[in-house]
Amino acid sequence: MFKDVALGQYYQASSFVHRLDPRFKILALIAYIVAIFLSENFYGLGMCALLLLLTIAFSKVPLGKVIKAVKGILFLLVFTAIIQLFFYKPNENAVVWVKWWVITITDQAVFFTLFLLLRLSLLVMVASMLTYTTTPVSLTDGLESLLTPLKVVRFPVHELALIMSIALRFIPTLMEETERIMNAQKARGADFESGGLMKRAKAVVPILIPLLISSFRRAEELGDAMDARCYAGSKVRTKYKKLTFSWRDLLAFFIMAALVTGVVLFNVYLGGVV
Amino acid sequence: MKALEFKNVSFSYRKAEEGKTSSFAVKGVNFSVEEGEFVAVLGHNGSGKSTLARLANGLLEASDGSVEVFGVPLSEQKNLFSVRKNVGIVFQNPDNQTVASIVEDDIAFGPENIGVPREEIGVRIEESLAAVGMSEYKERMTSALSGGQKQRIAIAGVLALKPKIMILDESTAMLDPKGRREIMQVVKKLNKEEGMTILLITHFMEEALMADRAIVMNRGEIVMQGTPEEIFERHDELETYNLALPPIGVLWKKLEEGGMPVGYALTPEDLAEEIAKCISKSSA
Ligand SMILES: Nc1ncnc2c1ncn2[C@@H]1O[C@H](COP(=O)(O)OP(=O)(O)OP(=O)(O)O)[C@@H](O)[C@H]1O
Ligand SMILES: [Mg+2]
Repeated sequence: MFKDVALGQYYQASSFVHRLDPRFKILALIAYIVAIFLSENFYGLGMCALLLLLTIAFSKVPLGKVIKAVKGILFLLVFTAIIQLFFYKPNENAVVWVKWWVITITDQAVFFTLFLLLRLSLLVMVASMLTYTTTPVSLTDGLESLLTPLKVVRFPVHELALIMSIALRFIPTLMEETERIMNAQKARGADFESGGLMKRAKAVVPILIPLLISSFRRAEELGDAMDARCYAGSKVRTKYKKLTFSWRDLLAFFIMAALVTGVVLFNVYLGGVV
Repeated sequence: MKALEFKNVSFSYRKAEEGKTSSFAVKGVNFSVEEGEFVAVLGHNGSGKSTLARLANGLLEASDGSVEVFGVPLSEQKNLFSVRKNVGIVFQNPDNQTVASIVEDDIAFGPENIGVPREEIGVRIEESLAAVGMSEYKERMTSALSGGQKQRIAIAGVLALKPKIMILDESTAMLDPKGRREIMQVVKKLNKEEGMTILLITHFMEEALMADRAIVMNRGEIVMQGTPEEIFERHDELETYNLALPPIGVLWKKLEEGGMPVGYALTPEDLAEEIAKCISKSSA
């Protein structure tokens, strides 16, 4: 059940993408998302997809791992597809492909749905690529560094970053524990797979409560362990990992700039998807 | 020199309720640990062992009496940093003391906290990992390690602060026999080769056999002190505190006394293996 959750998992490898500066990777992710949303036709999205495929190839992360991220939102994708197919408002140029009872599906609706699905899939895949190729600590180091200006207004940047990296660190632990609790409940005859929404929601309660209680205990113990290791906020703290921009980041920066420019040009000269 | 000394220390988790004696988690405790010594603390559940550990590095503050680290009372220390740097604690649950997802980042956490310069943190990570025999795991995910490996990383995380005293609070309790043996080997090595002062809290009697001295606690008080041999000879008394040496431990001890230095073993299978090794070595 949790095997499909790709969020927050790091894939260890030594690659061009892994070695990029995390600050750059966060900014590049934002640029990429902007490019996806700017794209109005398949050419633009195609270019985004191509860049993603190249990134995956250069990162040595298996393609299957990245596709897993899409599986995680399969339900959302199917739901979106159905809504779009049936409720898309076509213009007068549309060609009707299916007409049955109250349902009318036009070529425009199909293209637009495909476009939307590609957009969403690219979005989760690129986001998963960030966590696959960046350790949680460098991810949060990068975030901390990017948010440093906020320290001026006393925003707790360091604390926020630490909380985030601890949260990422505990995802596998908590998932393991959830599975263990579920198996224990199943062994006592609990049923999570059948029944209506209410029944299923009820079945989740005996999992959530033990999980919550044990999380409190974990938090307390972790707090003690952090205290014992001299944690006292950000005042005297040094950083083991130094963030440095390198030629790789410069190269990647130009590629990202080209992507966004390309998408805009495609929009201007080739028009919308329908 | 005394590394750690408890002088008539008492502690209660609740604020003194009209001096109810039963509410003390630790009560009038006196003991000291010499530098480089290996001391085991034994005791049944709830006897106050963890409280003792927390008092030793300032996680808890004694309600009464004083705790001294290298002759300086904790209450007179300028900050708790200097105490915690000197007195490291490895806790029980391997999953709840790792802060980072990657081994080296986790070990860096302590040194980062006390402001060690970057280059030196790198050196300390290498040294600490080497000391627990996990150098090749530097860039691994902590979540993918075995329990014993996670605890070795926890030890390395403490070592990176260069402590003089290491307290292990039932650090083997959640491990399988293999993991337990790994940890005990590391601890023994740290004590013998690096001269690290060790306070090993455990309720596995056989682990105490490795110590120079053992302390038995019951209901917040120290009830027995002496060499492990002396303590285990008084098994009737031990049983009144719900403690007993398992037969394998007895056998292991007997073999060692009888001039057969078998390696440390906790299970019948391990002991058999160690004996076999010992025999083949002596016949070679
Ligand atoms: N946070 C706490 N608040 C209140 N009472 C506590 C707390 N922690 C421990 N105690 C109580 O203090 C006493 C000593 O507990 P302590 O944890 O030191 O024992 P222990 O020897 O470590 O036991 P165990 O073998 O179970 O770890 C127990 O009676 C326990 O109930
Ligand atoms: Mg305890």
